Amino acid sequence: MSDVAEYPAPASGAMATEAEAASWLRRRNFWDWSQADQVALDAWLEAALEHRVAYWRLKAALERTERLGALRGAGAGQGARGRLWIVLARVAAGFAAVAALGVASAFYLLQPEQTIYATAVGGHKTIHLSDGSEVELNTATVVRVAAGARELWLDKGEAYFRIKHDAARPFTVMVAGHRVTDLGTKFLIRNVSDRLEVALIEGRVQLDTPDGRMREPLLLAPGDVAVARRNILYVEKKSDKALASATAWRHGIVVFNNTTLADAASEFNRYNARKIVIADPATAQLTIDGKFRSNDIEDFTHLAQTVFALQVRTQRNQIVISR
Amino acid sequence: MKSYCDPSNGGTLAEGMTETSEPTRENAGLGQDAGMTASEAELWFVREVLPLESALMQFLQHNWRNQSDIADLRQEVYVRVCEAAQTQIPDSAKAFVFRTARNLLVDRVRREHVVPIEAVSDLDALDVAIDMPGPDRSAIARDELRRLQAALDRLPPRCREAFVLGRIEGLAGREIATRMGISEAAVSMHIDNGIRALANILYGDPADLRRKP
Repeated sequence: MSDVAEYPAPASGAMATEAEAASWLRRRNFWDWSQADQVALDAWLEAALEHRVAYWRLKAALERTERLGALRGAGAGQGARGRLWIVLARVAAGFAAVAALGVASAFYLLQPEQTIYATAVGGHKTIHLSDGSEVELNTATVVRVAAGARELWLDKGEAYFRIKHDAARPFTVMVAGHRVTDLGTKFLIRNVSDRLEVALIEGRVQLDTPDGRMREPLLLAPGDVAVARRNILYVEKKSDKALASATAWRHGIVVFNNTTLADAASEFNRYNARKIVIADPATAQLTIDGKFRSNDIEDFTHLAQTVFALQVRTQRNQIVISR
Repeated sequence: MKSYCDPSNGGTLAEGMTETSEPTRENAGLGQDAGMTASEAELWFVREVLPLESALMQFLQHNWRNQSDIADLRQEVYVRVCEAAQTQIPDSAKAFVFRTARNLLVDRVRREHVVPIEAVSDLDALDVAIDMPGPDRSAIARDELRRLQAALDRLPPRCREAFVLGRIEGLAGREIATRMGISEAAVSMHIDNGIRALANILYGDPADLRRKP
């Protein structure tokens, strides 16, 4: 085997099918993708098992490279030895288990010297701590604060922190088994759907992970977003604009940027008792941009109707969007 | 504890595969009723069959003289395996894949009289290949990022650049073309080739990557 993977020879039948499958995947992932394209792809897949098998195989390989996002900032194709903050956990299920435990402990292990704060779905509240720090809670969020106010547990949801720095008494947040230590700071922590994100807006924070995951703690710089999902942890660099979008909820706004309808729907569903359901996969793949009030489902469904010509039906507490 | 065995996540799913027989048993029920839906079939294929690809390729390369047939043979094995799985999920994907591969080679030998019978070297010995030690799945999962990076390093430079811009920087095809100063058609070619080469590296030929940290 040579060190360089050679381009596959196009001669045989299987190779021709594979080339077609690659072209579908490339168009779907890197070029504009319309509903008509999806229909054409579905037809091609339906036409032969050979097509499906070739497509599944390449798609699986491409999806594995999703986690290459962790290498962001390491330099394009330079052998990527630069700034690599990647840790693979030994215990894959650990994260989910710890997250679940965190919620349970809020109700069963509450110690007397802790105060519990929570918001309902669609809620938004700011807590003023005795040390002058402020914690702003987004929708469906539960936090517990220790009596001394320098220790906080984010059991569920999302919160924005403006911490009064005290070198002698660092402020710590425990979330899904991870510990975030403030070193003079504004930061955002989101613990939703088995995915933990710590975004640093200003100052510095230190992130410690559950046992055995990392040899040393992670220091975040402004613009860094640490993402822990299942058994991986990686750091992304976000632009100011992206960070502003991530904190737009503080003004009651959600921002979509090339977001699939599926993701947009789940974002709305965080804020509203009436849930949006996307009925078919093709519709779920459509992408949108824009700003919405997080409680204004009508604005969103109106857009779905007028721009995408989708059907919107209301059933009890659900809004079903389909082709 | 199979919660992390998620098809959308190639690396961790490998970890769920430490016991080849276990997920198969779990899936056995699927085949008993009307068969699998397309997404179940895809899930089964990616989870059970694809991880066997490097062993399958070794098997085919070992037992078939004409190496230019290998890609077709592999594809044919996959199609036959998936066809059969539509009605009944096999108990052991591994045994089934290799049985299918052997039958295919035998069929080919019989059908194409031009191929001398020695093309399939010692059919009886083929079963041994089925018990070939599989790759250490947990090690693979731990090394997933390193493996992906090593795989990426093996792509031809321009192809890698296009792929990195698209996949890591998250650029769209048009932006990649601008950034690299090449046409969109050239970007398409590089990305298509990149996807295909990565599949070969990640599934077909992982042995040498595995040993080099």
